[in-house]
Amino acid sequence: MASVVLSDAEKLYIIHGVQEDLRVDGRGCEDYRCAEVETDVVSNTSGSARVKLGHTDVLVGVKAEMGTPKLEKPDEGYLEFFVDCSANATPEFEGRGAEELGTEIASTLYRVFSSEGTLDLKSLCINPREHCWVLYVDVLLLECGGNLFDTISIAVKAALFNTRIPKVRVMEGEEGSKEIELSDDPYDCIRLNVDDVPCIVTLSKIGYRHVVDATLQEEACSLASLLVAITSKGALTCMKKIGKGSLDPESIFEMMETGKKVGKSLHTSLQKVLDEEESLGTTRQKVGFLG
Amino acid sequence: MAAVVMRLPVVRKAVGPSGPRGGEKHLVVPGDTITTDTGYMRGHGTYVVEEKLVASVAGAVERVNKLVCVTPLKTRYNGEVGDIVVGRITEVQQKRWKVETNSRLDSVLLLSSMNLPGGELRRRSAEDELAMRDYLQEGDLISAEVQSVFSDGAVSLHTRSLKYGKLGQGVLVQVSPSLVKRQKTHFHDLPCGASVILGNNGFIWIYPTPEQKDEEAGGFTTNLEPVPLSDREVISRLRNCIVALVTQKLMLFDTSILYCYEASLPHQIKDILKPEVMEEIVLETRQKLLDLEG
Repeated sequence: MASVVLSDAEKLYIIHGVQEDLRVDGRGCEDYRCAEVETDVVSNTSGSARVKLGHTDVLVGVKAEMGTPKLEKPDEGYLEFFVDCSANATPEFEGRGAEELGTEIASTLYRVFSSEGTLDLKSLCINPREHCWVLYVDVLLLECGGNLFDTISIAVKAALFNTRIPKVRVMEGEEGSKEIELSDDPYDCIRLNVDDVPCIVTLSKIGYRHVVDATLQEEACSLASLLVAITSKGALTCMKKIGKGSLDPESIFEMMETGKKVGKSLHTSLQKVLDEEESLGTTRQKVGFLG
Repeated sequence: MAAVVMRLPVVRKAVGPSGPRGGEKHLVVPGDTITTDTGYMRGHGTYVVEEKLVASVAGAVERVNKLVCVTPLKTRYNGEVGDIVVGRITEVQQKRWKVETNSRLDSVLLLSSMNLPGGELRRRSAEDELAMRDYLQEGDLISAEVQSVFSDGAVSLHTRSLKYGKLGQGVLVQVSPSLVKRQKTHFHDLPCGASVILGNNGFIWIYPTPEQKDEEAGGFTTNLEPVPLSDREVISRLRNCIVALVTQKLMLFDTSILYCYEASLPHQIKDILKPEVMEEIVLETRQKLLDLEG
């Protein structure tokens, strides 16, 4: 993970500030930085989203391709995650420097989406045991400003909301072979229901309290963090501890409660922005990367 | 109460009219021809191609009699003798420290350029060399003055005054060096309750005003007591104001920071970083600065 070096006095200042619920940029312990969400930024994908949370910038693209279903789940489609940390973010990510971080983030995403009910995978099936939709979710980390997991999960949810999968029909051809017909209308597509897709909330333990949405400087002061995946209804689907420090079981319980509370408001804000963007339709001014 | 604010991105626009006085600035990008007149001497940021003077950096053209140079808008810090800089120690080497100052090469702080505690004047011995890490470690922040510039552009620093030395508790903001205005003094005790060091290299250090001026402090003893909440609020507000000024590309000096602080008082500290509040505050600051000049 990209990190900054801080002097001991700076770390002490941050820790005392968190204790008094006033962080360096004036936020409280449970406040997020201002986030910007935009979908449909990459034209040759089935769905895409870009999320900027402070200095953290993440681009997610979803491509829907036909594949064969997995043997143990013959009537469902599936998701494949790939995380690429661009060298633009920090020079440490050059070459193979970011491989470890990329695989860690991808495995966390697999875990979060592996629980039942996150996405209706049966709707991705075309022909049981033969054809199904595979959603390749590619995450590109453009800038690293702390709190990667939250930003990536928000962007993945927004990209899945934006994904449009073309409608296909299976027809019986001659001699029993199945033919797949794509609808002629390019706007005839199925959308995914992302109501139950969870978002990750990272709670970093700094001193005796925990903060949400830590900046790079705050991450340097925190020894342990708890990642919780919260759905829009406040249900906790997955939990992971990262960092080399230890967490008291009581504080884990407190952090979980904070995570649920913050996660619910995260989902409501995100859904509001996505609905607002949807309602603007074609009149929306596309900002993209040159804004 | 958790607050999560999400919004759609908007195209950023510059606040207010640019270039209110002195006419239009001649802005160039690398490769632009500045002039075809051969009577000019070329300065920094330019080169000659087939009798044409061409810019090599993106910035504004400055003309002083016959010297033409281009000052870039965003650049690494280029050291000048006498500049005040705030730097972070990256390495502890034999008889010197390497300091990161946002320039092309790491700056150098020689052991002989550093004040010994107690203000002694003597030759640095082997014990001093071994005890270097007790004075300054990797990650420590210092304020120093540029003593000289080597031929390759690396800067040599010194802390031979009681006002320089290791910095204690506070907040560091990193901005582009071209946004820090050159002034007589870069150490300011702002009336709002905090002090600020405007490093020429773009490192701005905001810290609580020390109660009494320590006679002895060459800055080696850091005060590790918790800073009171009222001082913290002032420091956080100043930090957000500086970030707002920098986002809108206003020059940073004590008056502009103070005006921005006063304009931001009606808002909550964390709201200052919202785009619309930022624009409003910076517009008001710019207006006050124009009134001050006019």
